[in-house]
Amino acid sequence: MSTPHTEVESLATPEDEVSTNLVAQLKRVWQGDSGLLPILFGLAALVIFFEVRSSVFLSPENITNLFVQSTIFVLLGMAEIWLLLLGDIDLSLGYATGLGGAVAVILVSSNYRWPWYLALPLALVVTTACSALSAFIIIRFRLPSFIVTLAMFLGLEGVLLYVINAQGTGGSVSVQDNVLYNLVNGNLTPFATWTFVIIVAALLSVMMLRADGARRRSGLDGRPLWITVSKIVMLGVAGLLLILVFNANRSSFAHVVGMPFAIPIDLFVLAAGTFILTKTKAGRYIYAIGGNTEAARRAGVNVNRYRLLAFMFSGFTTGIAGLLYVSRLGGISTGIEGGTYVLYAVAAAVIGGASLYGGRGKMIHAVLGGLVIGTIANGMSLLNMNAATQYIATAFVLLAAVIVDSLARRGNTSAG
Amino acid sequence: MTSAPEPPSPVTSITGPTRVGGSGADAFDPEHLLSMRGIAKNFGAVQALRNVDIDIPVGEVTALIGDNGAGKSTLIKAISGIWAPSAGQIFWKGKEVHIHTPRTATDLGIATVYQDLALCDNLDIVQNMYLGMEETRFGLLDEIKMELATLKTLSDLSVTTVKSVRQLVGSLSGGQRQAVAVARAVMRESEMVILDEPTAALGVSQTAQVLELIRTLAAKGIAVIVISHNLTDVFSVADRIAVMHLGTMVSHGPIANYDTASAVELITTGESSRVPSTLSPAQ
Repeated sequence: MSTPHTEVESLATPEDEVSTNLVAQLKRVWQGDSGLLPILFGLAALVIFFEVRSSVFLSPENITNLFVQSTIFVLLGMAEIWLLLLGDIDLSLGYATGLGGAVAVILVSSNYRWPWYLALPLALVVTTACSALSAFIIIRFRLPSFIVTLAMFLGLEGVLLYVINAQGTGGSVSVQDNVLYNLVNGNLTPFATWTFVIIVAALLSVMMLRADGARRRSGLDGRPLWITVSKIVMLGVAGLLLILVFNANRSSFAHVVGMPFAIPIDLFVLAAGTFILTKTKAGRYIYAIGGNTEAARRAGVNVNRYRLLAFMFSGFTTGIAGLLYVSRLGGISTGIEGGTYVLYAVAAAVIGGASLYGGRGKMIHAVLGGLVIGTIANGMSLLNMNAATQYIATAFVLLAAVIVDSLARRGNTSAG
Repeated sequence: MTSAPEPPSPVTSITGPTRVGGSGADAFDPEHLLSMRGIAKNFGAVQALRNVDIDIPVGEVTALIGDNGAGKSTLIKAISGIWAPSAGQIFWKGKEVHIHTPRTATDLGIATVYQDLALCDNLDIVQNMYLGMEETRFGLLDEIKMELATLKTLSDLSVTTVKSVRQLVGSLSGGQRQAVAVARAVMRESEMVILDEPTAALGVSQTAQVLELIRTLAAKGIAVIVISHNLTDVFSVADRIAVMHLGTMVSHGPIANYDTASAVELITTGESSRVPSTLSPAQ
């Protein structure tokens, strides 16, 4: 019964020694879980490329338009991230978002004349229920989400066609309600834009400083202050740029200024999703299930409950996307390309840095990925490139993102 | 449960300090955190365990050894609530208990660290340690409290090789992962920790770390059961040995009564010409 008294300190793994190496540290930042750097660099490269090729690209008008254009990708990407985190996928989001939008448009139309404050929430209930139904079937019959949501994809497309055609308005219904119309097309006043941006930036700064302070008071090594300060400075600069962009007149024949309502809506969804994922048990369990379902189960996590919950969050986000979709297009038609949208949603999440293998990703990834897709579409049409080129370019970006994801995954697990 | 206990087999009767007979609570020794008497487990016609008696004392490391299929895992699973034994009694601190679910075992204070460790690679050490029992403040995760407690638990266990408790578990070495899994069990205030092949996939230095950790657990008064195939590890870390062969407990006693040769003999044939003469203090 000899006690193995080995010098534990000397048993540090080779990996520990390498970490002092600057190159390895940079590599870790690049590959790391929170690594937003690859996507930020990619986005910057795209912006520079398009600005060099087209002088209109960075005009306030086009930037505002780009943000609004990207909203659908951003929101659907955020909806999809809930499921990608679980290691699941929902192929029906494209038509679910269409159905949500259709419900809202139809209920406020002259056929039903519902007030917006009932129609819009009901649309969200419908999309949440669709996702809950998928989740129920997946969990109850232990089926892969891919197949169940593929069936849902076909089913919802049918339902959507039926609902629109039943209106007897020739395959499309237009938005006949100001609130719904203004979700995307309305703007904050310039003063409200200032106020909104300043409040958001101040709130984020205070939160970061307080989190750092709390760690330091507890004797834990916090982030160095300069990192937080530089983050706050960048936040301020970005906010200021956005204000300047949004508050510049962007119409040659009228006075159009202010932040489009779509931006605060995106930010609200981003904040709510991030809050749930990082601050609550539900978020923690969703990551755990995606990382190792069996481990989560053995730790006492009710796996089925949290899978259902994630699907419902996803459905709710899909509903919001649907409302903004119909608002932007001014209506809903049977020609909606739900299949393309869902693929863009997955692409947005993955391009942003979420993993298809589950357990890795953040809400902000969908926002950045959605902006990349929006930027490509916007920039290429400015350059008069045709749809064929756009698809091919997006394909390369997506492929690059998946390869980065796969390499990062290998980088994370190769140690030991 | 065993109103008519089977007569002990000849082999068990001559081995071990166990008071053989499986006649119930009066056989209990207060030194023993866990005692099992006459445990049997059948899977259909297959008898995986037959009349197993074992006592696990506090603050000591008991190595459970035996060839593949000897019934080690089956026995462990009976303790950790994966399945209930077909017959026999389990006593926890002298009281008979029925461990039907893993939850029951956890509530008693029995933690099992399986070979696959059940860690989430995509979560950091703190998040893994607290998975399923997160500390909250106003309904939100209290990261600082959890991080401080994790640091304390790891330092109590003299786990010093991890750089940061905010490292992802996927980036840890095999020994560090094992340490996290064990620390997780300890943090749940377990009185008994069962380790299934803790050193199986580890290199030399990593193994040394884990063995050190096992000794630390025992020194903290935790009863440790280690399943291992590696006799070198067993002899370097265990206080007691329990040998299983074809579903029976063939020998059971302080490690001083065994050497590698007799252990190998017991593992492979179920009996040893040398062990019986050196032990049976109960008789």
